[in-house]
Amino acid sequence: MNETIRELLTRVGGLPVAVTELEDGADLYAAGLSSFASVQLMLGLEEAFDIEFPDSLLNRKSFASIAAVEQTVSHILKAREAA
Amino acid sequence: MSLPAFAADMSLSARAQRVATVAAEFADRVDHDGRFPREAVDAMKAERLIGIQIPTAFGGEGASIAEIAEVCSILGQACAASAMVFAMHQIKVSSLVEHGGDSEWHRDFMRELAGRQLLVASATTEGGIGGNMRNSICAIEVDGDTCRLTKDATVISYGAHADAIMVTSRSNEKAAPTDQVMTVFKQGQYTLQKTVDWDTLGMRGTCSDGFLFRGEAPSMQIFPKPFAEIAAQSMLATSHLLWSAMWYGIAADAVLRAQAFVRAAARKAGGTQPPGALRLAEASNLLQLLKAGILSGLRIYADAKADHDQLSSMAFSIAMNNVKLASSETILTIINQAMIICGIMGYKNGTPYSLGRHLRDAHSAQLMISNDRILGNTSTMLLVQKPDTSLLG
Repeated sequence: MNETIRELLTRVGGLPVAVTELEDGADLYAAGLSSFASVQLMLGLEEAFDIEFPDSLLNRKSFASIAAVEQTVSHILKAREAA
Repeated sequence: MSLPAFAADMSLSARAQRVATVAAEFADRVDHDGRFPREAVDAMKAERLIGIQIPTAFGGEGASIAEIAEVCSILGQACAASAMVFAMHQIKVSSLVEHGGDSEWHRDFMRELAGRQLLVASATTEGGIGGNMRNSICAIEVDGDTCRLTKDATVISYGAHADAIMVTSRSNEKAAPTDQVMTVFKQGQYTLQKTVDWDTLGMRGTCSDGFLFRGEAPSMQIFPKPFAEIAAQSMLATSHLLWSAMWYGIAADAVLRAQAFVRAAARKAGGTQPPGALRLAEASNLLQLLKAGILSGLRIYADAKADHDQLSSMAFSIAMNNVKLASSETILTIINQAMIICGIMGYKNGTPYSLGRHLRDAHSAQLMISNDRILGNTSTMLLVQKPDTSLLG
């Protein structure tokens, strides 16, 4: 999953720095992630993992770092399994 | 006369009304000369309105955004430039109150602001960023306990008349344009060299000239939180709500003037309905719609304030964007209606029904943070966020 997120981030993130140089915990907004790019990332994740982000997770925190994105996606996948 | 009759009414709205009386007296001169509304701002300080938002623990009154919005609306009915200065100041104060509590310096500054009624200006706009305040070119230089900043600020509203300025910049020389911080500089810690003149259609009294800002201050005056957080959690909502409240004031005064015109016509007409009466009914309908939109926004903000996740959610941003879009467009329709009602008496300056200043001031609303940019942001968010379909929230 980490790899998929990094691939998407490279494709749609529009970051001024190389994604490979970012640590999992690095602040993506400080690295230059715009709100438009975060939406594109979200759409990419929905497509890649066949999920839909609930409104409650559509906030800055969910996309604050690669680790946070991973956690958010895992959370959605788990919630689906449980359902 | 009973004793209490000697004491002035110290309620917030009574104090705002007294300031509004002063602001109204000078409104036309401020507009005509494009000068700072000094008398009104002095009256705000005398009535101690400048520090109302500061928590009581730091010497203020802990006024809520709804209460401040009411003051903006009262001032907006008298002089839009004065009201806008007050609104912009309170937007800066909201950042201090919401994000400065963890830092000793910022707590002390809150005490000083409330005690000395310090007027705070904002320098977020910069030459070359294309109007997007979430990007900076300039970077703050932190050298031990001192920080230095030079910024080509193309707009600093009432910059030359402020007691302090909050300035955004990149957090360091190597930071990305979006990695921003905000720093408080107090008068005496900076110089301003005027670069651009503010000679505009309306809102002439805000004196939003451009300056080359050069500041040096202790580095603890940098806000401890990233500007991205400050912008999302306090500036977005307070800007849209307080601006809307003061715009409401402009439109409300226009409707009041139109009503006075229709009423005078009705008196002369002796029983027949004057021609502007139906349009007045329409304008009052729109005014109520505008008010409802702002009140709903204020309620959404009050609810979201309790939960920081909600404050940075897309649903909340969309709601605030929608308040701004609706109010900035509706006021133009309302004031235009009022102008048609008052006819040449509204078009002419210097009559009791003059609406030229209202209309010119109101035209700034769709431009300060361009509505096109806001629509663009909302449309991006609507790619994922479901529209709010609930009635009661």
